[in-house]
Amino acid sequence: MKLARDTGLVFGRYFGLFIRNPAWVALGVLQPVIYLVLFGPLLKSISSVQGFPPGGAYNVFVPGLLVQLGMFGAAGVGFSLIAELRAGVIERLRVTPVSRVALLLGRALRDMLSIVVQSLILILLSLPFGLSIHPIGVVITLGLIALIGLMTASIAYALALWARDENTYAPIIFTSTLPILLLSGVLLPLGLAPQWLRNVAALNPLSYAVDAARAVFRDHLSDPSVTKGVAIMLVLSIVAIAIGARSFGRAVA
Amino acid sequence: MEEVINTKGLRRVFKTRARAVEAVAGVDLHVRAGEIFGFLGPNGAGKTTTLRMLATLLPPSGGSATVAGCNLLTQPDRIRERIGYVGQAGGSDREITGRRELEFQGRLYGQSSAAARKRAAELITMLELEACADRKSGTYSGGQKRRLDIGLGLVHDPQLLFLDEPTTGLDPQSRARVWDEVRRMHDRGTTVFLTTHYLDEADALCDRVAIIDYGKIVAEGTPEELKRAVAGDVVTLAVAGDQQRALDLLEDQPFVREATLDEGSVLLYVDRGEVAMPAILRLLDGAGLTLMTIGLHRPSLDDVFLRQTGRSLRETAA
Ligand SMILES: Nc1ncnc2c1ncn2[C@@H]1O[C@H](COP(=O)(O)OP(=O)(O)O)[C@@H](O)[C@H]1O
Ligand SMILES: [Mg+2]
Repeated sequence: MKLARDTGLVFGRYFGLFIRNPAWVALGVLQPVIYLVLFGPLLKSISSVQGFPPGGAYNVFVPGLLVQLGMFGAAGVGFSLIAELRAGVIERLRVTPVSRVALLLGRALRDMLSIVVQSLILILLSLPFGLSIHPIGVVITLGLIALIGLMTASIAYALALWARDENTYAPIIFTSTLPILLLSGVLLPLGLAPQWLRNVAALNPLSYAVDAARAVFRDHLSDPSVTKGVAIMLVLSIVAIAIGARSFGRAVA
Repeated sequence: MEEVINTKGLRRVFKTRARAVEAVAGVDLHVRAGEIFGFLGPNGAGKTTTLRMLATLLPPSGGSATVAGCNLLTQPDRIRERIGYVGQAGGSDREITGRRELEFQGRLYGQSSAAARKRAAELITMLELEACADRKSGTYSGGQKRRLDIGLGLVHDPQLLFLDEPTTGLDPQSRARVWDEVRRMHDRGTTVFLTTHYLDEADALCDRVAIIDYGKIVAEGTPEELKRAVAGDVVTLAVAGDQQRALDLLEDQPFVREATLDEGSVLLYVDRGEVAMPAILRLLDGAGLTLMTIGLHRPSLDDVFLRQTGRSLRETAA
């Protein structure tokens, strides 16, 4: 099928660009390590605070870190696209018969893969520090993070194609991801938050992903919040892919 | 003769926050199979916009077009299979080697990986990129980069190739190489549609030329036809003091077809320069005007442009 073939080709191009650059690979591995080394030590003391949810400190924090990794890891992908716009690469690709969906999906899947690998590294590195998680939980979590990455990357590409310029893209992407992350309970569980903050968070689709991830890390794999979170992310990813592919089809100027 | 491109009233309006710009304002073009067609005009004339519409990258705001036998509005997919397009910025990624880029491009056109590899090797030989093919294109010279970009437009051996300002910014030697390349494509039967703001390029390289200004075609024909239509000869002169006085004196003379001021000199279009020159000298002398310089030349495409638009392409082209 043409879409699958084209997606594979585009994925191969961008995966190749990534894997041939040792700096990117090193940075990708280093990121989760930094999270653990610089953030992990704080966890010991904070888990004794009153009102802190049950479960080990790592089981409370790692799901949040993963969601953050999924979103921040994908939010910046538009920068490389803007450079390619400027070099005429995107026009050159768009003038070929390649599928427009593949132009988006091939790239976004590359971004998704690197996020999944980083997440896996983070989970594995946390195990010696007391994180405990069922293998099926790992699979569900990685699937969830993959969807967050896919969705965020697709939106980031659509935004970059619209903005066409780093100085427009950067402020929009940074000022929007931060509140979305904070309002999802990614840093501290929203159980600690006042009611109004919890009401706002209920409107934030990402908070359902965080809830789902937390439930998985509490070993509540059959909790309804897990299905709910995965379903919401799945639907949003499909919508985001449609938006992104449409942008590749009509990229003007 | 078969027409590879035919447009009727092609238009494109860009809406920005402040206002709407009509970048292409009703263009009728006829490009014949196998020719090198030049689209000549100053910066901002609408060349790139026209090209991008014809290459399916930008939807027209109005009008219709047939490109490579297909309807631009309803069959963009089929057009894409038949055309190559090399944009002003090129299109190769700095971080990727020329060979990888050529192979990838071939794959996008549906070639198997073996076929793409073979075609890339062919193009590397043809465009003399052997020395740099396995280096990242960011390390290429301007001429090498441009040849790679042209190669990317040729991987599927298109019947029609669009080149947007293929020689802008190149040194004279690289420029000559690109001209050779275009002529070789022409010899193989490929139709080449290129834009340029260089007069000599349009004159020397193109079989036919359309001149565009403010989104409208102001003249179309072979370079010879266009120049012949201007006048027999062009006399350029300057007098001491106000050029306007010389212009007033000379423009009503029966042997002067047309007269304009340009960059502080007077331009006269005359039928026969060798007859007009003595008469001009006598007239200026009689009016007490001191002649500073005088020259006679055959009309160039710039004279065509000047006559059609009242401006010189040399001034407007940046
Ligand atoms: N994406 C765009 N948005 C707004 N105006 C544009 C856009 N692209 C081109 N224009 C305007 O359209 C006109 C023609 O541009 P262009 O086709 O690039 O000219 P040329 O290639 O002949 O230099 C210019 O005035 C330019 O500013
Ligand atoms: Mg241009």
